[in-house]
Amino acid sequence: MTVTTDLVPFDEAVRRYDPVIGIEVHVELGTASKMFDGAPTEFGAEPNSQVTPVSLGLPGVLPALNGKAVESAIRIGLALNCEIAELCRFARKNYFYPDVPKNFQTSQYDEPIAFDGYVELELEDGTPVRVEIERAHMEEDAGKNTHVGGAGGRIHGAEYSLVDYNRAGVPLVEIVTKPITGVGARAPEVAATYVRHLRDLFRALGVSEARMERGNVRADVNVSLRPSPDAPLGTRTETKNVNSFRSVERAVRFEIARQAAVLDSGATVVQETRHFHEDSGTTSSGRIKSDAEDYRYFPEPDLVPVAPSREWVEELRTTLPEVPAVRRRRLQQGWGFTDPEMRDVVNAGAVELIEATVEAGASPAAARKWWMGELARTAKADEVDLESLAITPAQIAELQGLVDAGRLNDKLARQVLAGVLAGEGSPEEVVTARGLEVVSDDGALETAVDAALAAQPDVVAKIRSGNLGPVGAIIGAVMKATRGQADAGRVREIVLQRVEQG
Amino acid sequence: MSEDLTRRTAAELARALAAGEVSSVEVTQAHLDRIAAVDGPVHAFLHVSDEEALATARDVDRRRAAGEDLHPLAGVPVAVKDVVVTEGTPTTAGSRILQGWVPPYDATLVSRLKAARLPILGKTNMDEFAMGSSTEHSAYGDTHNPWDLTRIPGGSGGGSAAAVGAYEAPLAIGTDTGGSIRQPAAVTGTVGVKPTYGSVSRYGLIALASSLDQAGPVTRSVLDAALLHELIGGHDPRDATSLPEPVPPLVAAARQGLTGDLSGVRIGVVTELNGEGYQPGVRARFDEALDVLRGAGAQVTEVSCPHFGYALAAYYLILPSEASSNLAKFDGMRFGLRVVPQDGPPTAERVMAATRGAGFGDEVKRRIILGTYALSAGYYDAYYGSAQKVRTLIQRDFAAAFDQVDVLVSPTTPTTAFKLGEKLDDPLAMYLNDVATIPANLAGVPGLSVPSGLSDDGLPVGFQVLAPARADDRVYRVGAALEALLEASWGGPLLARAPELTTEGSAR
Repeated sequence: MTVTTDLVPFDEAVRRYDPVIGIEVHVELGTASKMFDGAPTEFGAEPNSQVTPVSLGLPGVLPALNGKAVESAIRIGLALNCEIAELCRFARKNYFYPDVPKNFQTSQYDEPIAFDGYVELELEDGTPVRVEIERAHMEEDAGKNTHVGGAGGRIHGAEYSLVDYNRAGVPLVEIVTKPITGVGARAPEVAATYVRHLRDLFRALGVSEARMERGNVRADVNVSLRPSPDAPLGTRTETKNVNSFRSVERAVRFEIARQAAVLDSGATVVQETRHFHEDSGTTSSGRIKSDAEDYRYFPEPDLVPVAPSREWVEELRTTLPEVPAVRRRRLQQGWGFTDPEMRDVVNAGAVELIEATVEAGASPAAARKWWMGELARTAKADEVDLESLAITPAQIAELQGLVDAGRLNDKLARQVLAGVLAGEGSPEEVVTARGLEVVSDDGALETAVDAALAAQPDVVAKIRSGNLGPVGAIIGAVMKATRGQADAGRVREIVLQRVEQG
Repeated sequence: MSEDLTRRTAAELARALAAGEVSSVEVTQAHLDRIAAVDGPVHAFLHVSDEEALATARDVDRRRAAGEDLHPLAGVPVAVKDVVVTEGTPTTAGSRILQGWVPPYDATLVSRLKAARLPILGKTNMDEFAMGSSTEHSAYGDTHNPWDLTRIPGGSGGGSAAAVGAYEAPLAIGTDTGGSIRQPAAVTGTVGVKPTYGSVSRYGLIALASSLDQAGPVTRSVLDAALLHELIGGHDPRDATSLPEPVPPLVAAARQGLTGDLSGVRIGVVTELNGEGYQPGVRARFDEALDVLRGAGAQVTEVSCPHFGYALAAYYLILPSEASSNLAKFDGMRFGLRVVPQDGPPTAERVMAATRGAGFGDEVKRRIILGTYALSAGYYDAYYGSAQKVRTLIQRDFAAAFDQVDVLVSPTTPTTAFKLGEKLDDPLAMYLNDVATIPANLAGVPGLSVPSGLSDDGLPVGFQVLAPARADDRVYRVGAALEALLEASWGGPLLARAPELTTEGSAR
């Protein structure tokens, strides 16, 4: 479907309209078995191999609740500062679709396990933003449809469709914010920061691998505009399955620009779901969300209510990891980073990497230098996350250890790093294999210095006369002769020594 | 010899098997022969598993010969209602939409039958998805009442009741959502028990209404029902609604009842489940049974359950609501019938619609439409919500009544078996058959039906005993006492007075 869409420039749009956003995040829990079923949940397995009669919704099957999933949901709720329900029920959301084996999804409707929470975010420049959480509820994932024979895997025009039920029944927690108001032009940034914050939280809690590229974390972003902050909320659109931080930001940005154009033209925004297109950064109309859509929710009669005891909830509260903001402050102090330095580290997603590198023995400054310098450049060039690079914090610490021991200089260390990234082994192995050690044999250095001095006789006189400028030229010549493997400091000492002696 | 074996109760067969007087192969073959002889006209079975049943029987005989410790019912054949999933054996729930479906797993209760080594004779006929009170809504033909082949055997479990009543099986499994075990038992002169909700695992029962469904025994004696109930009952982690505590000692309760002594037992007659709308012969047999119970030492009083009058209406909102959702999975996508429409593109939605249109019968469609409507936005509170409130009131009625008495009693059904086809076009008249049995399902309490004699039309009448949830033992004690005393007065079981079926297999 091609739609020509008029846009109002973003800056202008947010000048004239007040954007309100709301975000629904689905996280797949990393439990060994499914939400209501003993079927395994291995990612990427052969289609329809991670199933039981329950996952397939065969006649006669019943759900049995996964206690670990409930535990994870409660911990997520607690980490979001939510109330935990004393008693809550599951409900059936009835709709016919082939990837939903029972033709209803077992979810929670008016009785979520967690509700009324908040999270505190910090934007890139340090501005704090508080996002109110409406609810977090448990539900099961659907299977996956593959449309064959149509254009670009779309159902439209497909010859046939295949369904893989491996994902059907995988536990999900859906987290819904209250409308986020008062953020104006920063709405796109707030949205992305919020999703990133949740991703970090899921990992810190250990409830999910939270890998965006696998769809472990999926965001639906709601956007509406109103003429002023006093006006009632405008009609919203819901852009579904926006699956990276950058896309979240772009989708919000695009919808603000698009809706402003719609409103400017005197038309009204249609309440609908929209699809986000990674390539163009645009959204397009999905299905109209009319009131006619009726899921006929009713309490799931095959399950008993979930009634977590207060003792259990309190026990789970003690298992919560440090709040990310508090943790960052603690690490920053320990590492002695400045505020801008720490912000860069956070924004680069390098906190855990630096922490692990320091734990493996490197100094915080050295760890930051590697991850925010050479490695950040490499990651950017390769368009990957820092953590996806083929090097571990332990290897960085090892590399830095070689530098500290004087066995590598900076230039050599970068070459060793390249070797490690190229899969040639550990830093030590690369040093050996490539023969990249600093020449620390004074005899060899003296020979090289003497050769260099002999080649530039006028230099000796200049240096003797107190002009140390040409020392660099001699060092350069020696480094060249030793293919960079000399310790520049030691070379300098020898040069001065020789000149004095000479 | 063969004829003789089929007339025995399960308890008698179990004793004879244990004593080595007969083999399980003989017992099983006798029942298979009986099925071959009479099931043409009765049509209790949709599928007969002769080979599997005989294989189990041979295995039992070999193990017994080897001195193995076996379950008391090992080697005693059983029939299973076709709504219960059986691995490797076709399971249709009486519906065309499941024609040819062979399940890849066993219901928990079937696993328990197999673990105890009961030969499974086959699958019994039923109203489609257990919706009905006459078995006329089966997609595979009517089942006929062994007492009069022109009459209904009750429903939805008419196949299980008829199989037991026609001596085709000593034991059968039924399911009861609003009376589908008790009402067929009443109109065929057999015994049927709906256990406490959660007493028997629902895993592997093709769900009609999840909050009401319960599997239970269909037999020719109260003791047999207790034996079978104890075997299939008990906690199952696969069913979240299954009770954690063990089933109370039911066989012991039945044996206690068989002594005929009910001294100190308080029996409440439900005012609202008697009188108007109940056939005179039904009322007469009920009153006589009360006299028998008094004679056994029970204190009989009348107890009012004022909200029972709303039970039927609430039931016909809750059941269709749950059923409309439970039956959504039958869509031609993963199993069973698939109908591809010829007049346009075979999209998933159109295949689903065509499959459901062709695969479901009228009664099923009627209830899916009712339930879909009742759950719709804007109607939910008025229909489903109100019905749930009525349900709570009925539970309170029961609680108040059981403060005063140990068990409640009523006629199981308002009438005896009606003629096939008589109520088929009048759903409301059909629904009224379950007026006395439905309250137990809404409240989750156990109920038993035991024969109490013949009405003026010469057809059997059932007597219902209800007890508090988890107190299933009480229905067995009272039921067994009544059975023992009535049989003593009749000089034998009521079924002995049923006309002999012609074994020559003519279709009537």
